[in-house]
Amino acid sequence: MRITLHIWRQENAAAKGRMVRYEVPNVNEHMSFLEMLDVLNEELIAKGEEPVAFDHDCREGICGMCGAMVNGVAHGPLAATTLCQLHMRHFKDGDTLYIEPWRARAFPVVKDLVVDRSAFDRLIAAGGFIGVSTGSAPDGNAVLVPKEKADLAMDAAACIGCGACVAMCPNASASLFMGAKIAHLGLLPQGDAERDQRVVAMVAQANAELFGSCTNMAECEAVCPKGIKIEVIARMNRDFLGAKWSGRGTAKE
Amino acid sequence: MSTVVVHPIHRAVRFYEAPIGKKAVMAATGVILVGYVFAHLLGNLQIYSSDAQQINRYAAFLHNPANAVALWAARSALLAAVVLHIVAATQLWLQNRAARPQGYVKKKDVPASYAARTMVWSGPIVAAFIVFHIMHLTMGSVLPVRDIGLNPNTPDVRWNVIAGFQNPAVAGFYIFAMILLCMHLYHGIWSLFQSLGVNHPRYTPWIQKASAALAILVAVGNCSIPIAVLSGLLTY
Ligand code: HEM
Ligand code: FES
Repeated sequence: MRITLHIWRQENAAAKGRMVRYEVPNVNEHMSFLEMLDVLNEELIAKGEEPVAFDHDCREGICGMCGAMVNGVAHGPLAATTLCQLHMRHFKDGDTLYIEPWRARAFPVVKDLVVDRSAFDRLIAAGGFIGVSTGSAPDGNAVLVPKEKADLAMDAAACIGCGACVAMCPNASASLFMGAKIAHLGLLPQGDAERDQRVVAMVAQANAELFGSCTNMAECEAVCPKGIKIEVIARMNRDFLGAKWSGRGTAKE
Repeated sequence: MSTVVVHPIHRAVRFYEAPIGKKAVMAATGVILVGYVFAHLLGNLQIYSSDAQQINRYAAFLHNPANAVALWAARSALLAAVVLHIVAATQLWLQNRAARPQGYVKKKDVPASYAARTMVWSGPIVAAFIVFHIMHLTMGSVLPVRDIGLNPNTPDVRWNVIAGFQNPAVAGFYIFAMILLCMHLYHGIWSLFQSLGVNHPRYTPWIQKASAALAILVAVGNCSIPIAVLSGLLTY
């Protein structure tokens, strides 16, 4: 199949980028989206041009490295699928695809489709952790976890931190990511101790990173490759209001 | 962590600094405004009473000097709610716009509803309508108004409303504003639950349906009055 691509090309963080048109005449429907970009890059290298830079690692939908906007949808048109797991059979011969990097003030473009997502790392450092004793591993069933809570925590823990939620959000908000971490850790007895501090610190960090805030559009939920629901954002709001009401979780100044 | 004593004003400021705090303020003021909209709808529908003076008696009751304190308390609370709601909405809107300085060449909006994406337009238009509405029927500075002359302030609401809506431009603006209010509440009512942390797979679909139904009820109830006047069904 023949695909026409319009790809955001930007030499480096300081450069002014632009959309560039490419033709890929020999796309196989069994290729993944990233393999299609590999084919394009082989051709560009053969012609002595700069290949398109994009992030990727596992290519099996679990690491969270890949991701780009395809025709205005994060990770492309297939629900609950990362870009690396999206196959070209979901497109038609002759399709035109616009490929752009995640766009947010907190995710500056490094090159072409590669963005700097270290703001997510700083959010995790602010509150996405639990206190444990080091040393030998704890007994398997020493801490009892109700099955329902374990399931909900597991659903939230599926977050791979790809940033599609921020990219798709009309406000470039990181709420789904933060909510996922807050639900994942706070639902379990091991993470319950830091619940108040966690939400207060993460919300303050997101503000400092200049992420936007949630207006309940649910566009993040629609594109999350792991199907995380905005229910986790409500949980974050609930934890935040509870922490602020009780005054716990705020450091003494 | 030990109990920390922080000055309540400081605590309130820190609360409001966070976007979730601002959103909670919007939700709380939203509840007040929605409550008012429903009370107001019940007041308006009295125009259909078989007793033509019913709505005027209701107005005279509200304006009775014995109720002045309650009336001004309610008006002050509503004004405060509107101001807080608009200030928080504006601050969040500016912050959210700044969070994506460079937009996309192509961007789809799935599944955000048209109503959800246009809150920041439906809101200010409704606010402009509220100003017009108060100038029209409360202050009487848009069109001539009548008073039935019982105690100091007893407007002839029935005449004022019907005479006003016989002007198609006025009736049209009221209908337009009510459609936008309907859109604002269609997203707003369910949204305030989410902002306050209420979301559950079993209840949220019902909250969303009820939110849409209430928004439509307000619009249909209020729009029926200018339509009834324009079509000649409701006359003085
Ligand atoms: C007067 C000017 C107004 C402006 C500028 C305004 C603006 C907004 C904006 C931008 C939102 C945020 C939407 C979101 O984050 O999803 C919102 C939410 C809301 N508005 Fe308004 N609005 C106005 C008036 C009203 C009125 C008159 C009512 C009620 C009758 C109302 C009820 C609500 C409710 C219930 C919400 C949901 C709050 C939440 O999401 O927590 N608003 N408004
Ligand atoms: S490359 Fe790892 S999730 Fe796509």
